Amino acid sequence: MTAHRLPAGGLIDRGRPLGFTFDGKRYQGFAGDTLASALLANDVRLVGRSFKYHRPRGLIAAGVEEPNALVELRSGGYREPNTRATVVELFEGLEARSQNRFPSLKFDLLGVNSLLAPLFAAGFYYKTFMWPASFWEKLYEPAIRRAAGLGRHSRQADPDTYEKSHEFCDVLVIGGGTSGIAAAREAAAAGARVILCDEGFAPLDLPDAANLSVFMRCTVFGVYDGGTYGAVQRLTDHLPASHPSARGGPRQRFMKIVADRSILASGAFERPMVFGYNDLPGIMLAGAVATYVTRYAVAPGTNAVIFLNHDDVVPNVQIMADAGIAITAIVDVRATSSEAVRVLSHRIQAPVFAGAVIDRAHGSTAVSGVDIIDARGTKISVPCDLVAMSGGWNPVLHLTSHLDGKPIWDEAIAAFVPGTLPHGMQVVGAAAGCGINANIQPLWLSGQHPAKSFVDFQNDVTARDLILAKQEGFAAVEHLKRYTTLGMATDQGKTSNVNGLAILATETGKTIPETGTTRFRPPYTPVALGVLAGPHRGKYFKPTRLTPTHDFAVANHATFVEAGLWLRARYFAQGTEDRRAAVFREVDAVRNGVGFCDVTTLGKIDIQGPDSVKFLEFVYANGWNDLAIGRVRYGLMLREDGFVMDDGTCARLGQQHFVMTTTTANAAKVMQHMEFCHQVLAPALDVCFVSVTDQWAQLAIAGPHARRVLQRLVDPPFDLSNDAFPHMAAAVPTICGGIAARLFRLSFSGELGYELAVPARYGNALAAQLMQTGADFNITPYGTEALGVMRIEKGHPAGPELNGQTTAHDLGLARLLSRKKDYVGRALAARPALTDPHRPTLVGLKPCDRRTILRAGSHLLRPEAALTAANDEGFVTSAIVSPTLGYPIALALLANGPARIGETIRVYDPIRNGDVLADIVAPVFHDPAGSRRHA
Amino acid sequence: MRYSALTVLTQALRGHAGWRPAWRNPAPAPDYDVVIVGGGGHGLATAYYLAKHHNVGRIGLLEKSWLGNGSVGRNTTIIRSNYLLPGNLPFYELSMKLWEGLEQDINYNAMVSQRGVFNIYHSDPQRDAYARRGNAMRLHGIDAELVDRDALRQRIPYLDYDNARFPIQGALLQKRGGTVRHDAVAWGYARAADRLGVDIIQNCEVTGIRQERGKVIGVETTRGYIGAKKLGIAVAGASSLVAAMAGLRLPIESHVLQAFVSEALKPLIDTVITFGAGHFYISQSDKGGLVFGGDIDGYNSYAARGNLPTIEDVCEGGMALMPMIGRARLVRHWGGIMDMTMDGSPIIDRTPVENLFLNAGWCYGGFKATPASGFCFAHLIACETPHKVATFYRLDRFASGRLIDEKGVGAQPNLH
Amino acid sequence: MRIACPYCGPRGLEEFLYHGDASVRRPEDGGAVPDQAWTDYVYLRENANGPHRELWYHHAGCHAWLVVTRDLRSHDILGVTAARDEA
Repeated sequence: MTAHRLPAGGLIDRGRPLGFTFDGKRYQGFAGDTLASALLANDVRLVGRSFKYHRPRGLIAAGVEEPNALVELRSGGYREPNTRATVVELFEGLEARSQNRFPSLKFDLLGVNSLLAPLFAAGFYYKTFMWPASFWEKLYEPAIRRAAGLGRHSRQADPDTYEKSHEFCDVLVIGGGTSGIAAAREAAAAGARVILCDEGFAPLDLPDAANLSVFMRCTVFGVYDGGTYGAVQRLTDHLPASHPSARGGPRQRFMKIVADRSILASGAFERPMVFGYNDLPGIMLAGAVATYVTRYAVAPGTNAVIFLNHDDVVPNVQIMADAGIAITAIVDVRATSSEAVRVLSHRIQAPVFAGAVIDRAHGSTAVSGVDIIDARGTKISVPCDLVAMSGGWNPVLHLTSHLDGKPIWDEAIAAFVPGTLPHGMQVVGAAAGCGINANIQPLWLSGQHPAKSFVDFQNDVTARDLILAKQEGFAAVEHLKRYTTLGMATDQGKTSNVNGLAILATETGKTIPETGTTRFRPPYTPVALGVLAGPHRGKYFKPTRLTPTHDFAVANHATFVEAGLWLRARYFAQGTEDRRAAVFREVDAVRNGVGFCDVTTLGKIDIQGPDSVKFLEFVYANGWNDLAIGRVRYGLMLREDGFVMDDGTCARLGQQHFVMTTTTANAAKVMQHMEFCHQVLAPALDVCFVSVTDQWAQLAIAGPHARRVLQRLVDPPFDLSNDAFPHMAAAVPTICGGIAARLFRLSFSGELGYELAVPARYGNALAAQLMQTGADFNITPYGTEALGVMRIEKGHPAGPELNGQTTAHDLGLARLLSRKKDYVGRALAARPALTDPHRPTLVGLKPCDRRTILRAGSHLLRPEAALTAANDEGFVTSAIVSPTLGYPIALALLANGPARIGETIRVYDPIRNGDVLADIVAPVFHDPAGSRRHA
Repeated sequence: MRYSALTVLTQALRGHAGWRPAWRNPAPAPDYDVVIVGGGGHGLATAYYLAKHHNVGRIGLLEKSWLGNGSVGRNTTIIRSNYLLPGNLPFYELSMKLWEGLEQDINYNAMVSQRGVFNIYHSDPQRDAYARRGNAMRLHGIDAELVDRDALRQRIPYLDYDNARFPIQGALLQKRGGTVRHDAVAWGYARAADRLGVDIIQNCEVTGIRQERGKVIGVETTRGYIGAKKLGIAVAGASSLVAAMAGLRLPIESHVLQAFVSEALKPLIDTVITFGAGHFYISQSDKGGLVFGGDIDGYNSYAARGNLPTIEDVCEGGMALMPMIGRARLVRHWGGIMDMTMDGSPIIDRTPVENLFLNAGWCYGGFKATPASGFCFAHLIACETPHKVATFYRLDRFASGRLIDEKGVGAQPNLH
Repeated sequence: MRIACPYCGPRGLEEFLYHGDASVRRPEDGGAVPDQAWTDYVYLRENANGPHRELWYHHAGCHAWLVVTRDLRSHDILGVTAARDEA
């Protein structure tokens, strides 16, 4: 045994042994272990294979910066690839597997890549695999992709749930080390609302106070504008799947923390030394070795060589020695070793090689010795099973650079320290560069084996790659990173960026600050996409808005359709009816009897005030001055660029009181636009308006018998007769014995029609009442499909025609544009391209054979024209089979359309194999005189 | 040195001692016949095609920092020509054709991968809108297919077919669409342009545009004055700032667009997929990272980073479309600055200032346009007339109303 | 990013919708034929890399239109007023 559990000590609970498996083999650890410490305790030192060369790799670190020990955790849909063994808390039954190896970790066929490494130098793939071109997708790329990647995704839907929360505080403390705890204590004692987040799971010594919230297993991963911090708390990742909290409870929580001040106490990461074969298992960061000893009571080896260039390592070496690890040699880069190292070497009886470096390590799947080059240049081979290295410490300043803060090079400690900070942030402790790298003498590249001196372990970027990239002109830091992939792996260069930058600086003969700096993008450590989405997936991706007659529709077997966020009844099938039969029946009912349909989803805006008319004059393109009280008018709204924005109706209920409707799709947009017109463009107008879409249930009641049905609902003495309440009339009667209502005589279907609005809570009751009241007329609820069919038969433009690319002229509505007033869109609607008579304009189409269906999205060409884009003259916007006419019809936008009525056009739909000739007709197919709505 | 498998092998045997810089690092000349401002994809492609196809004399390209640091190095690498309007279709199809022959042309493997682009639809009107688009593509001689739900499920089984808030009904597919290794495009064009004699000058920021009697005569830079007979600006993201040096205001807002990459995974997603009921699209890189994105943040910015609401929106869209990605981990997100125009379409045109040419307004779709943009801008600068596939990209279209508004949202850049 | 709505207090970005440059002024008269002033109003924008006056809409709050002064380089918000008070 080389790595082993120490007989005493550590923060593990030896009374709670935990069984786990790695690559199928059973092991035991203790509560308080990480997967990494438990593996080491079992002398498992080979834990993964590297990205490119598939080299055997072991643990380097003990924390989140670990680049090598990535494993697949759990199984089935719960499988989590690329999980750092150093941050996985051990639990009973944990399953882990090594990754990126075939067939096994010990014998990996792609280990041959290591032999081919001379070919696979930085950027080699940009220079080859180009011939023949078609082989890229077929041959080269699939092979490269299979070899690349790391862990395997399960390909199954994530079975876990996630949640989100908003947190607010005066002071956010990031990191629960000595500095963080001191900061949190002080801030809380001063009365501030404090949140402390710590990514670990070791208990923290903090007082229990109402104004201090402590989130463990919680990583602050990003800093955003306005004092907003993104954090993820892991709630059940440390529990076996059978644990009650892990079943049903959310796996993780995404916290958006808003803080006035923050204190970054994130500590520092130790830098590896870059020397030959420095990636062999058993070569570790000195601080990590000490952590395994003190926290987990694991000795990662028995015979250690120490490689250092500063004095912070000294206490860690003492820890190793105290744990019984034999210190075979201390290799100190500095020509004259420091007092601290000399005292240490004397105390632990270890030889010091001052002014020496490690040239290379030896070993196959674990380190077995090193070659030291001493101050005189003599090579000394020393056997060992552990190399504890430290090239100094890098402050963990990631979060300081998320808002473009640029770290500054501090020559005294040979490290980057935080530069400009986000507003309200203070950095303390090692993260600020305090108390680190005592008496450091930087060494960036050691020994004579650059091709096997790894800088970025996970991406297999060697010192030679960096030198080669520079040689090829990729000497800007960003070029270097992108060309070599330095720092682009899952660890985002936590252990490699500074070493890489320094090696580049050495190569270019520049200082480190001249060469560049390291900045970090969020997230600080990888974040599961699931937690960022929280509960918003599946049916809960977006809210679902239900109409006030939804329960009625469900009870009447409606099939529903999504209309924006709304769920609307599409049709009400009876018995075994299919969609077409149901829609035909519903249309027939409206055309020949009576039907009703929920139109609540249309936007409703209540407008009041002395300047209401002036305001309507401004926002609508048509005129409103002369609209009498009790009348409704169709309204057309343009955008300021002259294109049609929306249409609807507006009723005048009083001298200063109007009710506007918008299309369903544009309800919010119109509201926003009107607020803009009022607050920004015309604040002097004395008008108020509010959306009442949700307050009123509105039902269209249409068909020859509509009046007779309605008569039975409306309270007397209200007169519904054609003379008293004609087409486009509006009133506020009561119904059903005193229920306040709004009644409009409107017709979207072309039949005698009304729209009746009641307070939303009466929606279902009104629908039920209509069914009862109209039973003897066989009153029929109809859905959006029949609604749409009838509007196409009537040639009313709707969504497909109001597509934001059409003008009033295109829709045949040019006559509505007022010439007497200023209104939004007037000026730019007069631009040449918008008034061009050859623009595609609304027409109707009927297939010449009156049989073949037409499809929306088909393009229109002259029958004899070649099938090319140059001959494209328009397209079909809406198409149906007309129940009323008994054959297919369509609305279309056709160049110079109205002038071509009577001609034949080719309706071309190659993407669906459609190709049919159609007659160009006027866009109103049913009751063109419009007499039925006046009945 | 020509790149090939043979040279890679030879160099490997020689310890790679023979590799030379991919491009020279020349000092700026006192003047050039044509100066291109902007060492991104479009500027480099422009310089390359100018040198290759047009006899315009000496060409200098000025980059304020390092080549490819703008959008060409920050995008999500997708190429496609699945546009709707006649103003766009021939242009993007030219771009696609140039992509298809790019690597052999410039002798650089940019990993052009025609993996297909699926635009998912979720309703009948959306299907018909995609049909309209697909038919327009077909009429322009571009491949397009409509894939129904069953066929889509066969091809991409891991979408949420059974529990989606907005049911998946099918997709518009362009098989020739795909991805390209973005950095390699900048490097490949740079190397190819350099080999044709273009001076590529990095760390040379333009600080002023010198005019004489309404004509451009050169640029002030951080490395001194450089004379120019013709000046082409290709600095998307900073177009308003550079144009302002010539006294021009543009119909452009600068917006931030975020992009995202996950940890590297073994092959999982073998095509490009866009969500039709939210803002999300995704592909997988050759290295294994899932590369994805969504909508722009929606406010003007010159800071290349965004905020949490968009990040959440993108991830929500992703989980709604393919709930398997919940356990993939985001490893990095970043932002880039987009030239958002008032109709969502680009500008390749002369300007009111003589000898000043503008290539701008690529919104969030400039990467796929890179070859055609360079090709057409080179043509414009050399011939002083628009290339036939770029005749709609005029500055005066806003006054005339000849807009190219694919989405139909009008003069509101953050909605395009 | 957080915007201090004069009516509602500081609120997160997700409650607001962005409109754009607040410096443009709608020409007085609709006019029969659009002139340059109209094209400029609808299509040209201030877009300098520094403090920027811009319109935001508090759509998930009080529906106020706000004029926000914000530095486009840093996203720092330098001031917020109600648009109706600016006119």
